[in-house]
Amino acid sequence: MTYRSRAPARLLLISALAYAIAAQATLPVQQWQTASGARVLFVETHELPMLDVAVDFPAGISRDTREKSGLAALTLRMLQLGAEGLDEDQIAERIADVGADIGGRFDMDRAGYGLRTLSSARERDEAVAVLLRILQRPTFPQAIFEREKERVLAALKESDTKPETIADREFKRLLYAGHPYALRGSGEIDTVARLTRDDLVGFYLRHFSAGEAVVSIIGDLGREQARALAEQLTSGMKVAAPLPVLPPIPRLPKEQTSRIAHEATQAHILIGQPGIKRLDPDYFPLWVGNYVLGGGGFSSRLNDEIRQKRGFAYSAYSYFNPLALQGPFQIGLQTKKDQAEEALAVARDTLAKFVTDGPTQQEFEAAKQNIVGGFPLRIDSNRKIVEYLSVIGFYRLPPSYLEDFPAKIEAVTLAEVKDAWRRRIDPARMVTVVVGSSAKP
Amino acid sequence: MLDKLARARWAVLASALVCVVPAGAVAGASERMLANGLKIIVKEDHRSPVVVSMVWYRAGSMDEVSGTTGVAHVLEHMMFKGTQKVPRGEFSRIIARAGGRDNAFTSRDHTAYHQQLHKSKLALAFELEADRMVNLQFSEEEFAREMKVIMEERRMRTDDDPHAQLSELMMATVYAGHPYRTPVIGWMNDLENMRLADARDWYKTWYAPNNATLVVCGDVEAEEVFRLAENFFGPIPAHVLPQRKRQVEPPQRGVKRINLKAPAEQPYLLMAYQVPVLRDVDNDWEPYALSVLGGVLDGSPAARLPKELVKSSRTANSAGSSYDSTNRGPGLFFLDGVPAEGRSAAEVETALRDQIRRLVQEGISADELRRVKAQVIAAQVFSQDSVFYQAMRIGALDTVGLPHDSADRQLKKLQEVSATQVRDVARKYLVDDNLTVAVLDPQRPATGAPEGGKRP
Repeated sequence: MTYRSRAPARLLLISALAYAIAAQATLPVQQWQTASGARVLFVETHELPMLDVAVDFPAGISRDTREKSGLAALTLRMLQLGAEGLDEDQIAERIADVGADIGGRFDMDRAGYGLRTLSSARERDEAVAVLLRILQRPTFPQAIFEREKERVLAALKESDTKPETIADREFKRLLYAGHPYALRGSGEIDTVARLTRDDLVGFYLRHFSAGEAVVSIIGDLGREQARALAEQLTSGMKVAAPLPVLPPIPRLPKEQTSRIAHEATQAHILIGQPGIKRLDPDYFPLWVGNYVLGGGGFSSRLNDEIRQKRGFAYSAYSYFNPLALQGPFQIGLQTKKDQAEEALAVARDTLAKFVTDGPTQQEFEAAKQNIVGGFPLRIDSNRKIVEYLSVIGFYRLPPSYLEDFPAKIEAVTLAEVKDAWRRRIDPARMVTVVVGSSAKP
Repeated sequence: MLDKLARARWAVLASALVCVVPAGAVAGASERMLANGLKIIVKEDHRSPVVVSMVWYRAGSMDEVSGTTGVAHVLEHMMFKGTQKVPRGEFSRIIARAGGRDNAFTSRDHTAYHQQLHKSKLALAFELEADRMVNLQFSEEEFAREMKVIMEERRMRTDDDPHAQLSELMMATVYAGHPYRTPVIGWMNDLENMRLADARDWYKTWYAPNNATLVVCGDVEAEEVFRLAENFFGPIPAHVLPQRKRQVEPPQRGVKRINLKAPAEQPYLLMAYQVPVLRDVDNDWEPYALSVLGGVLDGSPAARLPKELVKSSRTANSAGSSYDSTNRGPGLFFLDGVPAEGRSAAEVETALRDQIRRLVQEGISADELRRVKAQVIAAQVFSQDSVFYQAMRIGALDTVGLPHDSADRQLKKLQEVSATQVRDVARKYLVDDNLTVAVLDPQRPATGAPEGGKRP
């Protein structure tokens, strides 16, 4: 299509020389289960005197309900605001006194806490002791619960005026009609207002159990110490019955477009469908294809058509968010109101043409080169690695997932990419949301 | 584009520091100057087979003049429009095919271009970056299109974001004369009237090896990097740079107040005090005391502002402070807050002023001081985790004229700050004559608010 310019020979030479180094960067991931049934993933690295720990549970948006939307996020938020023998100030002070950081982790599927601390015994032991307490023995103080509810409600009121929030809510609503994936993590004003402390305690007891926990550890710690740490973190956790299987994602009945007025200067445009699961057989071909369509930053087709050729937007992108179930496939851009319909048409055409024809051979090669060649950048810090450990553990990916990643991408063929996109993405059945539309609804 | 009004918690204090591990676990950085004046700083970090390469130009929005605000950032965009050898868009495509990522940002103080790659591809980044340091092409057509993109960027970042609008207005009010008064992205009117020649002039004026620093961080050998840099950047001639006039903001003599009406649900209060920044790593003490003060107020959830304003008195739904000691220009100490339901911006201001009064009258406790210092030390170690961040810190320090290898000294100076010094800087600088107060007066949007929100 548009990629006809070629680099001068001299430049090609250099890049050819170094291509195919691929990633021999191996990451020895150790994996085991605690006595209480929690999955543990551990990478030992002593280069920096620090430690990252994440403990995640299946307690994200997918475990919320329409009636109590916002419950999962508020429960998580409350854990660090009171635990047996410690009030919120004592928790905050004890963590700060050893220079550690502690914070909630929350997405469509997962909820948990992450800890970053120095690895020296005094600091580490103190930080871990606090983490353990908030995970195992939170107290949900009534007054603090009321206060946090007020703060969430205020934030929701503000957020609900923003075009990006309005677009995102409408998009999810149309994409996942009736399914928990349609819900907003922070909840809705009416549902949050109705939440009670008992709701939170119940949600906590049901979801934060050892058998469902995934403990990810990376840093300056020996294997035996890591083993002891994981036992310590999970041995006092509740044991709950296995969680029910999530309901399937309903199939989109037809093309749907929603236009909502807003006074902002730019229109926010979202286009999409339910996309892929983490363990989807089409994961790799769709991933490689998406790099060409809208994942490859400056080089992608969407960016080229919307930004480079027409100057319609600062950025235009597409992505898959692979989850336990089919997470969203989403195209997005923001543009001056009076050209929103034109930009929308270009985005739709770009998608349709891509699904019909697939990437060119050249685009396909370039995508693989970037993903494979760029693999070391995905794992070049403890922070990035701890997130991968969590994903591998939570979604039960093979322990060799990271090691295998470059080879899996290499193995993808152009025919597989075209085939996967044609089967999985139907341009005639997309959800479209335009907030700040100048067109008639 | 990077706006410096970011208010990350410890990043703020850690930003006063370079990224050399105090215990010497990682080697320090090496420095070399080419004959043409290009400074090269290499920080070896062998944890991962990756490298970050950055070219920092000592030209940011503070070097702009009236009528062409935003031109530093415009040129940043134009730098991706190609040279004779590397056509439009090809720069990023070549880096991408090599498995890399690339981008750029403009601030008030500098403009920087960066690539992250497998360590074996460093030469590629150098070759491309050296090429566009001198051979950039300027086409009217590309320029016109890119200006549309930049105006969309401005709409996205500022015009549709009430808090960003308030920050922009704040800077324009705090500074009567200093160029920090203009937004990095430029005023919309200036963007509308920007000409290709403005961008070209900017390029010809500031883009030269003797106005740049090359920062490389990662799994490389310093000597090899110096050789490679000589090879690609060495042949570029230096040129005479304009004389930089020292611009000093005239003294403020009384509190300034502004109101901004913008579509929002809640009021927002932003206060800024004019304060010093770090100029002399070894002899200054006030910037270090101000950094510690920032930590006492907002360094963690245990700090005073979240604890007193948000949790205890319920005056605010959020409250914070920020201070960046690393600037070419003058410094500001910010306080901000969103009122709780039923409270006003004026009440938040009163509560924030009460906190300052308390600081001045009672000082800080030994526990607070110890806590902040513990966080500073830990933040220093944590900052080592990201190679990219390490390169950022080196570039930022060097560009403002501070020694990039002064981490240990800065850390030591921070550890030496006393409770008395913290009280002294509060007393001296957090006073009305140095203060500007900006209030967002929310105008409830007429459209778009979805169902569910009953207002009290």
